[in-house]
Amino acid sequence: MHQTRIVITGIGLTSPNGNTLEEYRKNLLDGVARIQMVDMRYMGQVPAGVCDFDPKKYQTRKELRVGTRAGSIAIYSAREAIADSGLDFENFDKSRIGVYVGTTEHGNVETENEVYNISKFDYDTRFWTHHHNPRTVANNPAGEITINTGITGPHYTIGAACAAGNAGLIQALQMLRLGEVDFALAGGVSESIQSFGIFAGFKSQGALGTHESDSNKVSRPFDKSRNGIVVSEGGCIYALERLEDATARGANIIAEIIGYRINSDASDYVLPNPERQSECMRAALKVAGLQPEDVDIVNTHATSTPMGDIQECKAIKEVFGKSPTTYINNTKSFIGHAMGAAGALELAGNLPSFQDNTIHPTINVEELDPECAMPNLVINEPLKVDAVKVILNNSFGMLGINSALIVRKFEG
Amino acid sequence: MTEDQVKQIVIDIITEIAPDEDTSDLKPEVNLREQMDLDSMDFLDIVMELRKQHNIEVPEEDYPKLASLDSCADYLTPKFNAK
Repeated sequence: MHQTRIVITGIGLTSPNGNTLEEYRKNLLDGVARIQMVDMRYMGQVPAGVCDFDPKKYQTRKELRVGTRAGSIAIYSAREAIADSGLDFENFDKSRIGVYVGTTEHGNVETENEVYNISKFDYDTRFWTHHHNPRTVANNPAGEITINTGITGPHYTIGAACAAGNAGLIQALQMLRLGEVDFALAGGVSESIQSFGIFAGFKSQGALGTHESDSNKVSRPFDKSRNGIVVSEGGCIYALERLEDATARGANIIAEIIGYRINSDASDYVLPNPERQSECMRAALKVAGLQPEDVDIVNTHATSTPMGDIQECKAIKEVFGKSPTTYINNTKSFIGHAMGAAGALELAGNLPSFQDNTIHPTINVEELDPECAMPNLVINEPLKVDAVKVILNNSFGMLGINSALIVRKFEG
Repeated sequence: MTEDQVKQIVIDIITEIAPDEDTSDLKPEVNLREQMDLDSMDFLDIVMELRKQHNIEVPEEDYPKLASLDSCADYLTPKFNAK
């Protein structure tokens, strides 16, 4: 089946260690993580990835007061992506732009805040904000983008747990192929660090990470002493177009999405299933028309949990074990787990490899867990190679959702 | 509490609710919505802040009485003084 080619023409992002692709990439190559200890309601100090983009760059103070943090992150990322794409936004038919934002969840932050608010008024619901519903509907982050930009095409969020960033991109690609829109803003966002419930939930699961002295070392996928995740906020929105449209307007084409798959473990609420993960990667490769050895970088999902990292390594060894030039890395060691933004941000951190032929490492591996040893795992130092042309990006989430997205350097 | 003090309280609340607006030169007799970009959700914010900060209830049928600073002062000053 002939499929319309879909390309990336712009990127906008905020991560705990960078508010532009350049800043973020530089920190990935220089080994600079940025995780801080923050005060969490009811929990004391916990490590978290905090973004410091300027929310007033694209929003008024009133918009900030009325809207949500997820909306703010989404707006910043989307506006940066639009600017990066060079699209003549003023004169573009805004009814032909779609907004597809992946989230793990939405509404927790705002609900927790309101319950806390009315607790100070004896739980009198007359003090419950009238802003609650527009703040907590699941489409809020995507909707805030449309209000801020004047986009009148379709918008919605895609709930896909920690696979949401990939899922946003996949949805946009499909909508472009269907001809529903001519320009798409897609990716994922997270405001999860403002929800104590999320931290407490992970802690109760035994999945919240710690380190005795350095918050930047809490997130340490594949390290023998790893003990859990770091929750982060962040956002990454891509501008996507059909190749013919991007070419017609002379756009700078950053990369092409050539394959993808989403599948389900159908086995456990939280424990990953390496067989289904392998299946997901193999299915994506099939869509891309590639063999495992054609992949230059596999960016792992690995979140720094004792179990999850091992399961993914099993899956990767099964698919790529015989691929001598497929390198493996991880981004969560730098920025923690950015939830809905994770897949989108982690892919973005690798895209500059198409230009500089360098693979960023996974850091904080002081002693590699033997069960996570993989040939070509790039640890602690970046690796220069002859050429990077194909990246496979893994993102897996609870309820057994798996996603694999394959992106190729655009060479015509 | 005087009417002028009540007007200042309302202006202070509006400054919180509409932080991008210039509230330094509001005409007391002109409708607030003609002088600033305030929508119905913003008016509900004014009602909420009166409740939270000053323990003053404004029933829904009285919302039109908050239309201008003068009408706010007329309506709210007795409520402030009855507390």
